Amino acid sequence: LVFTEEDTYGLYSNLLFKYFLAEGVVCGHDLFVASAKEHPDNILKELPAPLLDDTYRNELGEEGTAVKSEDFQDSMKIAWRYQNLPKMEASPTSSTKFGHYYDISKRMSPELFQSIKRHSFYLHEESSLEPKMKACNMNSAYARLLQSIQRIIYQEGFDGSDPQKKQKTILRIGIQSLGSLLWGDDICSSDTPEDIHSLTKFLYVLRGLLRKSLSACIITVPAHLIQNKAIMERVTNLSDMVVGLESFIGSERETNPLYKDYHGLVHVHQIPRLNSLICDVSDTKDLAFRLKRKLFTIE
Amino acid sequence: QGKFTLLRDTRTDGSFLVHHFLSFYLRAGCKVCFVALLQSFSHYNIVAQKLGVSLTAAKERGQLVFLEGLKSCLDLVFGEEEEQPGQPSPLQFLSESTSDLKALFDFVRTSLTPNGSDSWKGPVLLVDDLSVLLSVGAAPVAVLDFIHYCRAAVCSQLKGNIVVLVHSNEDSEDEENELVVNSLCHHSDLILWVEGLATGFCKDVHGQIKIIKRVSLQLTAEPDLIQIYQYKIQDKNVTFFARGLSAAVL
Repeated sequence: LVFTEEDTYGLYSNLLFKYFLAEGVVCGHDLFVASAKEHPDNILKELPAPLLDDTYRNELGEEGTAVKSEDFQDSMKIAWRYQNLPKMEASPTSSTKFGHYYDISKRMSPELFQSIKRHSFYLHEESSLEPKMKACNMNSAYARLLQSIQRIIYQEGFDGSDPQKKQKTILRIGIQSLGSLLWGDDICSSDTPEDIHSLTKFLYVLRGLLRKSLSACIITVPAHLIQNKAIMERVTNLSDMVVGLESFIGSERETNPLYKDYHGLVHVHQIPRLNSLICDVSDTKDLAFRLKRKLFTIE
Repeated sequence: QGKFTLLRDTRTDGSFLVHHFLSFYLRAGCKVCFVALLQSFSHYNIVAQKLGVSLTAAKERGQLVFLEGLKSCLDLVFGEEEEQPGQPSPLQFLSESTSDLKALFDFVRTSLTPNGSDSWKGPVLLVDDLSVLLSVGAAPVAVLDFIHYCRAAVCSQLKGNIVVLVHSNEDSEDEENELVVNSLCHHSDLILWVEGLATGFCKDVHGQIKIIKRVSLQLTAEPDLIQIYQYKIQDKNVTFFARGLSAAVL
């Protein structure tokens, strides 16, 4: 359960959200997109186009690029044993290709979507019938969303309950701006919200659904609007991974010469520690992001 | 025997202590009731195997009673009609009907009360983690009552032990959680307080552990005994060392 604290205007977190979904399309996963703000079909129309192998190396520009050993045309005569080793990289991180790269100045073409099963939940188009599940005093929009997710997981066989439907792919769930007023929750608009437990109850049930199925979920939340910090502490404990994006727009950091090449900071508040005593902590803790014309990079 | 141990973490993840106590008590031959609220059974099973214990085998021979909170919650929320009246869900408080944790307590008591054929040494209740109960709507008083009843049943009556994990942040604004944590601290026999280093993350020292033996509870006018060590977590083990003496430094 990946939890992203949105930057002030939601610009960059939206980008991260779309990257997550785009990666799902390229990997052939099923998608479930939920929003109370934009229609999911519109969100999907704006996914970035994936960069295929040749083009991405050009896009990375003057930074050291990795030359994959298969492309190494010249053959070595004496040191032929070394021929199959990768060349030394100037920037080692660019050679460990995990996932795909995208060009955000281009839209993903509709052909790539053809074989992908897409499910959506757009709050304002959902029927307002009371959900069949026990709502547990939860905000009804959240309850309906949970019902919808559970139904898809069950019907499409992601929970392995139906031996006939052997699911070979995973379900990528993206939920946009949870907790905002559009979801009917007042934690972002009031110092003393009526119901401080709805969001955390929702997350607990969602966590249960994710644990028992082949799915992964990213949620963005306008954390900067939540006055009651206790809620954010609880949300963090209920999530596996928590990342916060802080943009420099309108802040005093915008003019700080230290940050002149960047658009904002990335705060990794929590990383998953699953099935192991140890977790995968990286050496670098101070991360910043920058949005170029074609690439969004975190350094 | 009859001891209440509080595991507390600040600025870091203290779950490695939960894994330790789980495998420790199972290896010691105790009957364990594990209320696992935040992770799946397989998560604990995989780690336990690295520590040399099979949770599946322990469950099969009746030594381990495992409550998988996430699963119980799903059964309650999406389950079919009402449970039979004699078998309410341990997480009954999640539905609108009740606000106390009596069902959870009944589950614990039933799991640990020995039946005639049991030959296990001493019952143990392990909870990971108590702070979650507050997040899903239980009132602090209900949580404290639950612990109180568990102590009476498990520690006093059955002469067993209880180990509970709670989270606490510095400058936390979660007043309910702070209330529960402070109250539990006062009544604990042993507190293991795990903290991330104040200076930030370090590869060789993952944090510091403060071991507080609540000698003061024994009313002998002696102060609590406090020991502090630093630790590093590895794949199958955790190493402890005196402050400033990590292997990387020596």
